[in-house]
Amino acid sequence: MDRLPGIQFAFHRLKAILDLMRHVYLDHQAATPLLPEAFEAMKPFFTEWFGNPSSLHEHGLRVREALKRSREQMAALIHAGSPDEIFFTSDGTESANLAIKGVAYANERRGKHLVVCATEHPSVINSVEFLEKQGWTCTRVGVDAEGRLRLHELKEAITPQTVLVAVHHVNHDIGTIQPVAEVGRICSDKGVPLYVDCEASAGWLPIDVEAWGAALVSFSPHRFYGPKGVGVLYRNKKARLVSIIHGGVQEGGRRAGTENVPAIVGAGVAAEVARMDLDARIAHTRELQARLWDGLEKHVGFIKLNGPRPGPDRISTNLNISTEFIEGEGQLLLCDLNGIAVASGSSCVSKSLKISHVLAAIGLDHALAQGNIIMTLGRDTSVEDVDYVVQTFVRIVEKLRGMSPMWDEFQRGIIDSVIRPTGRGKSFSQHAADVSGKPAH
Amino acid sequence: MSETYTLYNSTVMDHFMHPRNMGDLKDADGVGEVGAAACGDIMKISLKIKDGKIEDARFKTFGCGSAIASSSMATELIKGRSIDEAMNFTNQEVVDALGGLPPVKIHCSVLAEEALKAALEDYIRKHPETASKLQTPVPAAA
Repeated sequence: MDRLPGIQFAFHRLKAILDLMRHVYLDHQAATPLLPEAFEAMKPFFTEWFGNPSSLHEHGLRVREALKRSREQMAALIHAGSPDEIFFTSDGTESANLAIKGVAYANERRGKHLVVCATEHPSVINSVEFLEKQGWTCTRVGVDAEGRLRLHELKEAITPQTVLVAVHHVNHDIGTIQPVAEVGRICSDKGVPLYVDCEASAGWLPIDVEAWGAALVSFSPHRFYGPKGVGVLYRNKKARLVSIIHGGVQEGGRRAGTENVPAIVGAGVAAEVARMDLDARIAHTRELQARLWDGLEKHVGFIKLNGPRPGPDRISTNLNISTEFIEGEGQLLLCDLNGIAVASGSSCVSKSLKISHVLAAIGLDHALAQGNIIMTLGRDTSVEDVDYVVQTFVRIVEKLRGMSPMWDEFQRGIIDSVIRPTGRGKSFSQHAADVSGKPAH
Repeated sequence: MSETYTLYNSTVMDHFMHPRNMGDLKDADGVGEVGAAACGDIMKISLKIKDGKIEDARFKTFGCGSAIASSSMATELIKGRSIDEAMNFTNQEVVDALGGLPPVKIHCSVLAEEALKAALEDYIRKHPETASKLQTPVPAAA
């Protein structure tokens, strides 16, 4: 007998709303909850101290002082030489746009060549593509199978016309920690400014911009328990940078527009707490990361970890996994229906129907890229949460494999596993090409 | 409860969570398996056909929520139809019965139509005598 459409779904949602099920948030790479102390610090700046920091009267002075304090807190988090090297923008994407376009335009007469890592965040990649349409050229440096930038390729890519090297500290997708200090040495030797995107690392890993010799560094406080609506750009005082948003002379003339004062204040508190808490955060998430991956690897067959193994080469918060014979969006939806919030790099999740460019760059088989799930841990994630995720994920995989023709065809020896090949049957990609009449991409 | 809370409407979610006719048919009369070049999803539909009518249908799908829901709905819709009627089946019927799909997911319903037609063609290949009785021309076998 057929069920009335929607009833089961409505029941599930009702259960979730009434909070009868466990909620585990594993998407800290997308957003984190605001720290209560940051929220408290922000409140007076909405109502009482509402002044514009550019105003010359008392109301302006009050908030200018607050911005100065936040700049100091940001400088301390990343070991900047001076708070004057900290600029506030609207978010990480704007910071990346300003870093890349600002340096490119400032050095236009010197040269029009950029070097970036192939697995940068879209805010970097798409800024570079914009410049390419205007006559700049760009070399994209490849990565190894675990997402590590090829240093020798980077070294060879730099020419006398190169005006900027852009490398991320930690990959937003697969958690790879890049050899930024080595990149910094190469850039210093060649005299080329280095921009480091620290979106996925700030507040979760130590950052020392001076030790790296970085000219520019960007990050977003909402990834470490600060508010949304504010981004940070560190600019070494020797680095040339022109403004890309024009108007008043806010932020030392580098970024016009009235500052988002409450958010900047909250972000400063979040930066200070992150600095004090850093070691504890790393230790806590490192333990949970190992427990989660061990549990998944043990209880879910044919599962692969993308990026380096948990350890010194991987950020402690990220697990990027591919479960074979099933697709990622279905996994994401079933996780959500069980109270678990995760992300996915599957083509089905992307509006462009393309798999994550990071997974493509590490040469991951298309079938595995399609079965991708990204879990990012936080300081409030517990051992019980992790154990619940393992138990639930095992059931989700079982359910989806029960529906998958690929799982069945693997059992019958028609297609083979990529993760643990049996030597029987053709590859998934070959099979997909055969049934679609076109080669898999 | 807001309809926009999730990517899909409640009918799609219901078919995703509780798919109808999921599985394989023992001694199927026609089986079609197709892949979407756009995203990499794969869908398989098996049919039981008796006296020119689809008696039963089953699906298996490697794909996203809307691909699973589309194949579930397609198998529901075509049961009881004649081969001729089924040959004229379009993805729009699936979209309508599901109460709409996000624009980027329409191709999932196309995949369901293609899987069904591949299964019908498989049946006709195995039973060439049925081809002459059809009013709808059979597309050239791939």
